Amino acid sequence: MQLIYEQSVAGRRGIKLPASDVPSAVALPASLLRAGSADLPEVSELDLVRHFTNLSRRNFSVDTNFYPLGSCTMKYNAKVLENASALFAGCHPMTALLPGGADFCQGTLGMLHDLGEMLADITGMDEVTTQPLAGAHGEMTGIMLISAYHAAKGNKAKKKYVVVPDSSHGTNPASAAIAGYEIITVPTAPYGDMNLELFKAAMSDEVAAVMMTCPNTLGLFNPHIKEISDIAHSHDALMYYDGANLNAIMGKVKPGDVGFDVVHVNLHKTFGTPHGGGGPGSGPVGVKKSLIPFLPQPRIVMNDNGVLQLETANGVSIGRTANFFGNFGVMAKAYAYIIMLGREGLITVSEQAVLNANYIKEKLKGYYDLPYDMTCMHECVFSASRQLEHGVHAIDIAKFLIDRGYHPPTVYFPMIVKEAIMIEPTETESKATMDAFIEVMIEAAKTAETDPQALLDAPLTMPISRLDETRAAREQNVCCNS
Amino acid sequence: MNDSHYCPHTPEEIAEMLSVIGVSSVEELFAPIPSELRAKNFNIPAGMSEFETFDSMKALADENGQGIVNFIGGGFYDHIIPAVVDHLSGRSEFYTAYTPYQPECSQGTLQALFEYQTAICRLTGLDVSNASLYDGGTACAEAAMMALRVTGRNKIVVDGCVSPFSRQILKTYLFNLDVEIIELAPVDGMLGRKELAEVLDSSVAAVLVQNPNFFGSIEDFTIIADQVHAAGALLIGSVYPIALGILKSPAEMGVDIAVGDGQSLGNPLSFGGPSFGFIAAKKSFIRNMPGRIIGETADRNGKRGYVLTLQAREQHIKRHKATSNICSNQGLCALRGLIFLSATGKQGLVDLALLNRDKAEYAKNQIATLPGVTVLQSASTFNEFTVRLPKPAGFVVAALLQHGIAAGVPLGEYYEGSENCLVITVTEKRTKKEIDQLVKELGVALCN
Repeated sequence: MQLIYEQSVAGRRGIKLPASDVPSAVALPASLLRAGSADLPEVSELDLVRHFTNLSRRNFSVDTNFYPLGSCTMKYNAKVLENASALFAGCHPMTALLPGGADFCQGTLGMLHDLGEMLADITGMDEVTTQPLAGAHGEMTGIMLISAYHAAKGNKAKKKYVVVPDSSHGTNPASAAIAGYEIITVPTAPYGDMNLELFKAAMSDEVAAVMMTCPNTLGLFNPHIKEISDIAHSHDALMYYDGANLNAIMGKVKPGDVGFDVVHVNLHKTFGTPHGGGGPGSGPVGVKKSLIPFLPQPRIVMNDNGVLQLETANGVSIGRTANFFGNFGVMAKAYAYIIMLGREGLITVSEQAVLNANYIKEKLKGYYDLPYDMTCMHECVFSASRQLEHGVHAIDIAKFLIDRGYHPPTVYFPMIVKEAIMIEPTETESKATMDAFIEVMIEAAKTAETDPQALLDAPLTMPISRLDETRAAREQNVCCNS
Repeated sequence: MNDSHYCPHTPEEIAEMLSVIGVSSVEELFAPIPSELRAKNFNIPAGMSEFETFDSMKALADENGQGIVNFIGGGFYDHIIPAVVDHLSGRSEFYTAYTPYQPECSQGTLQALFEYQTAICRLTGLDVSNASLYDGGTACAEAAMMALRVTGRNKIVVDGCVSPFSRQILKTYLFNLDVEIIELAPVDGMLGRKELAEVLDSSVAAVLVQNPNFFGSIEDFTIIADQVHAAGALLIGSVYPIALGILKSPAEMGVDIAVGDGQSLGNPLSFGGPSFGFIAAKKSFIRNMPGRIIGETADRNGKRGYVLTLQAREQHIKRHKATSNICSNQGLCALRGLIFLSATGKQGLVDLALLNRDKAEYAKNQIATLPGVTVLQSASTFNEFTVRLPKPAGFVVAALLQHGIAAGVPLGEYYEGSENCLVITVTEKRTKKEIDQLVKELGVALCN
């Protein structure tokens, strides 16, 4: 397809601006002006509409295809959430920061406050900040809070390390590094979770935090989680909960009850807000009482009259991790999602997410290696090692699935599973959809034995075949020059 | 157990699935969670239909002050949004997709983001752009960390005229990284040239400036860039993309890394988010860029296509040695930015910038006629300017809010000794009638 720039015709206009009702200003000095206008597209409105409509048709999406991308929770995004979020489109964030301005923002501040309380209930925390703009941003904020906690106790120099299991998301160590910590990585045991003995050996009073995903990226709930948090706390290390997999446990277990001190949640995963082709997400962070003073500002607080106000300076806060109150539009959707599903609905979400993952696991384990064969939570992780004997890699199975109209599962993550295929169906998929997917996965396994080349050639039905990633990295052509 | 209509199974289907799994109830699947750890309470209220949900949200929205006329900016701006932006970004093939890990079935998102990167390069004049960051404030922090990596130095100099929010975010991000931050006090709403020269030496990794700055002043950093480069440091420029319709581009000034907030490009105010941050740089710095980058390549038949590229910089590969921890960015907001820029187009962005300035100049000239009011800066301004009032600006703003006007951002909260200063923003959406009303109400408030 042509780029929009390749459709430009000099002088063509796509928009008519409002007429000016004021006199023209005295021109700026030439020294402040750009030499020539930025070479933006010059297309008609219809050209533009066709271009982006046709581009959109080159995407798989939840609304068009089953999208069992493990760790990403690609559930259906209810349409009413979009309508609800649009109600707040015109609210300027600075209004709340003006003298007396909070009085004009009681609806928006109230929604953030109530969302925080509901997330605190779901996660077992005492207060939530909505400022972080994505999951990784929440991790960074959370580890900074932990750093501030240790600093306040005079332990900043002593606390040097953050412990993560080797199955963790890459964002965990990357976020801890920004907060100034060195990383200790603990291997996974045969029972599918962080090796308890090696964990004990890794712990010392120099550890600031332990970051865990629970259930972990293998889709398994760690049976030793309480013991791990007790050991961490005995060294005055705080427990950090990566909420990427919260969809499995709502109403069943609260991270705060098993010893976690800081939690981030991914509203774009668990709480039904769309992923937008790579964002916007939203990563609110919940904390236990001892960490509340360090929360980022402005912090929303309720005064004695039940009126919401903003706290903008308390001397010990970590400061600000984003401009205002976070990705409000995303939070409006998550808030609507929670009040719509309600208590029983959220429990059903977790139950059926777990049911669906176990169903797919049972149906496929005869065809693919299952390195950790036990009851899983919301996702299951296979290995294509059996197919590899025929020269077929996980990526080839992924490409075959594309030809059959399925977005592939996550492949090659977690890194601890060779040729990993990580399947997360989510609760919104029907049995019929999963059965059809299972058939195609079985067909892929059989084709790997009978006609491996067919998998290596896939996909054949897309507008393009497999792309040369090495060439992209070498040429670094990241901007249209025509 | 089916209490969500978004969970489609019938009881018969559930029974069938349980029998395949070999358990007798869904509850049995939760057996791996030790019983003593199970939730003892769960107090979320009962659910409701989508119609009641919408009504509840509407009631919340109605609790806000209605119909406030905005003369406030501070980094977020009330601009027009062409209808095509909502309609096209609202195609669910875009908004219900994930990060484009599988390029063959994600060419829509990938090509759009490549076109977005191109638009940012052309606006800033720089060579390379990534596929978006979170917002303008975090983009400043990411750019500073990028400069630390590029130069191997550990000091950042920040112009005090940069948004106080961006400066605070920078401080928070760098707090644990053994980096010294030097802030230069503003001089009449402009960068202190002499003060910068005094601190600029071979230990400085980067100097962060903003154009137009928080006071609304337009700066020319061309000479500054030469001085910064002579010290072996990088110049980071935070810019306002609408103003780039007419203002000297970062590249023309010699800026090494340009950043900014993309909210004004087709993203609603939405109480502060989501918007997106952009970052563009000279090509030699590409391996130190944070976040996703889309690159052009070819398929097995030589056909042009797009992929996520240079992923070896990123957290899912490099883990704690990554150039950034960013994973989800603000892809859909960046798409809105691209559609906005494609709709306004080459001449439209120039006209839009001029219209903003015309409105603001009219307002500035009218307000300057009020007794005791002076314009703070001698510098040229774009669509924001700062006035010094004969009274504390906070009182005036609170008074005008009662009349449905958000008159501006009082500076006292952000700059010591500036209690009487007010930054007023006038975008193309403000009519002459609204501006005249602002002037009238300001006059009344100042007399009382």
